[in-house]
Amino acid sequence: MSTISSPVDATYIPLWRVRLRLFWRAVKTNWAMFAENPIGLFGLGLIIFFGLFALAHPILISTVWEAKIYDPVNGFDIEIPYHPSPPSAKHLLGTDPMGRDVLSQLMFSTRYEFALGMISAIVTVLIATSIGAIAAYYGGITDILLMRIVDLVIMIPYLPILIVMSALMRVGMIELALFIGILSGFGGTAIVIKSQALTVKVKPYIEAARISGGGDFHIIFTHMVPNLLPIALLYMMFVVTGAIFSEAVLSFFGLTEIDMSWGLMINTTQVFGYIMRFDAWYLLLPASLAITLLCAAFYMVGRALDEVVNPRLRER
Amino acid sequence: MWKFLGKRFLQMFITLLMFQTVTYFLMDAQPGDIADLLTLNPDIPPAERERIRVDLGLDRPPAERFLKYIGNFYKGDLGVSFSQFPRPVTEIILERLPRTLVLFLSASVISFWAGYASGKVLAWKRGGVIEYSSTLVGVILYTVFTPWFALMMIWLFAVYLDWLPPGKFLDPILWLTAPEGIHANDVFVRMIWSVMIATGVMILGLIGTQRLSSQLRKTGRWVSFVVPFIGVFLYWRFASSGISLYAWDILQHLVLPVLTVTLIAYGGTMLLMRTSMLETLREDYILTARAKGMPEKIIRDKHAARNALLPVWTGLVFSIGSSLSGGIITETIFSWPGLGLTLLNAAQVEDIPLAMGALTVTGVMTLLSHLVADIGYAFLDPRIRFS
Repeated sequence: MSTISSPVDATYIPLWRVRLRLFWRAVKTNWAMFAENPIGLFGLGLIIFFGLFALAHPILISTVWEAKIYDPVNGFDIEIPYHPSPPSAKHLLGTDPMGRDVLSQLMFSTRYEFALGMISAIVTVLIATSIGAIAAYYGGITDILLMRIVDLVIMIPYLPILIVMSALMRVGMIELALFIGILSGFGGTAIVIKSQALTVKVKPYIEAARISGGGDFHIIFTHMVPNLLPIALLYMMFVVTGAIFSEAVLSFFGLTEIDMSWGLMINTTQVFGYIMRFDAWYLLLPASLAITLLCAAFYMVGRALDEVVNPRLRER
Repeated sequence: MWKFLGKRFLQMFITLLMFQTVTYFLMDAQPGDIADLLTLNPDIPPAERERIRVDLGLDRPPAERFLKYIGNFYKGDLGVSFSQFPRPVTEIILERLPRTLVLFLSASVISFWAGYASGKVLAWKRGGVIEYSSTLVGVILYTVFTPWFALMMIWLFAVYLDWLPPGKFLDPILWLTAPEGIHANDVFVRMIWSVMIATGVMILGLIGTQRLSSQLRKTGRWVSFVVPFIGVFLYWRFASSGISLYAWDILQHLVLPVLTVTLIAYGGTMLLMRTSMLETLREDYILTARAKGMPEKIIRDKHAARNALLPVWTGLVFSIGSSLSGGIITETIFSWPGLGLTLLNAAQVEDIPLAMGALTVTGVMTLLSHLVADIGYAFLDPRIRFS
């Protein structure tokens, strides 16, 4: 090292710092492009709001809220004679038919929605980038086999299969996240990433890596996959939207084994016969609005990222 | 072309077979079977239950049942529903499929047209307040929690304004007093036929007037749009006045679900059209058209929008193919007795023949829609050739 750096000792910078600086510069320019889009910023703001919303729950439970009354799953307020009760100073969004605080449930569920979205998005991206890169790199029979599997998964109607799966086994949050991740990883996302991988495959640096004696595995995972990550990140956002939506629908039909979630709150409303009671709006509105807004937030960030990643969509 | 079609049909057949295998074994792997559900009925002794199981063939190994099912399926026999016992699956599907198709076909067509028209304008006026607010509305419509949105539509139109019935396919109190020999399905099928014939006349009018001079074309198109309306009105007013009351009832029940599905589908179509249009606007031929001094409106409508239509067209066809999956939610909320609701109920009571029938119909519809999308693509974009 000393032999290389001695002539320019004053200006020597280690490689990792160069990389870090390059990365930071890329983040800054991309952020500038992202920040031009008010829709994307709005979505990001919503996500941050929900993040704070989720963080606030444990703090509130340990300080202001008495756990016996405000527990999202087992809480009960004895002082109120009749449940569900409309919003009051004590319960800002009222209580549900089982006497539990609606706001507490809403805040408690938020962390699971985030976890669900993240797990399924990561699983999707892991599967879809591997499949896409492998199918594009090898081509031929590997490509045909993998793409037929993808076709089959696309053809399977999403909800009915989830319904059947819920009869097959106990579908908790983790199982559901993995299942959604696998289904969408083998589905449309794989096709998009494969088409991107096809354009990466013919780039000169892949050729160069092969000439330098890089193995197939090495080329796919250190040269192709990093170049697929921007588009994978974009599709992660859409997967999060889909995952939160699917969980809500499944819980709404009462097919999951989840302690508490936004979909389950709506299911409780339905089970107790309040779904068509539009005067009891505080049972239905908060959870439904939260699902809609969080789905929309991730979708909006995804669209704004699309305009950053896809040069054909840029304004300039 | 024929070679392409033949190859595609072979591929479709193989995919369908794989799809049936996967779904059959998934359905079959559910714990218990329909006979177990009868344990809830105390009047059925265990011996009888065992007999039911043998009668339905549920005592055989799954592989044998599957092979028998597939064999019968390709002979055109879809079996008998377990939960609605004596009714054949084909009959149930033929009754339910039109209801789902009408719901989603009309919603798709309306939202396609509206999304196309508004998406192209939005992309053209990029960056304004109107663009951002309508994108926001589009995103919200696209990601809205469907059951809640449907309930809000019911609240607005059926409870608050009280304009439309809140759900179901028809009004049972009205139909209870209906004269002998009037069946909801006959009335519904007649309604479908009258709309289809009217649409056919309109399309023929559009094609027929294409080569006329501009003045004649305008009148011709106007006539070809008005005449079918009058024809349909006259038909229901005089030719079948006995059942027009009942047809009106079904029509009233149809409006709210169609409106809901249309609004939800509209969000996606509009956003897709906008994105696709933004991509098209960067093409060289748009620059060429500008350089030639073409009017803005012609560049937008004839040069950009036509080319931006391709992905939106694919989206439309795919959405019709997969309407059954999305239909489950809407059909449940509106108690609309379509194929989605049938599939949901069948899957829950483990009525394997009925669920398989509904799933297979979905699969066939998806495969056909992919084929239609590909063929339509080649017509819309002559650069694409079948290979």
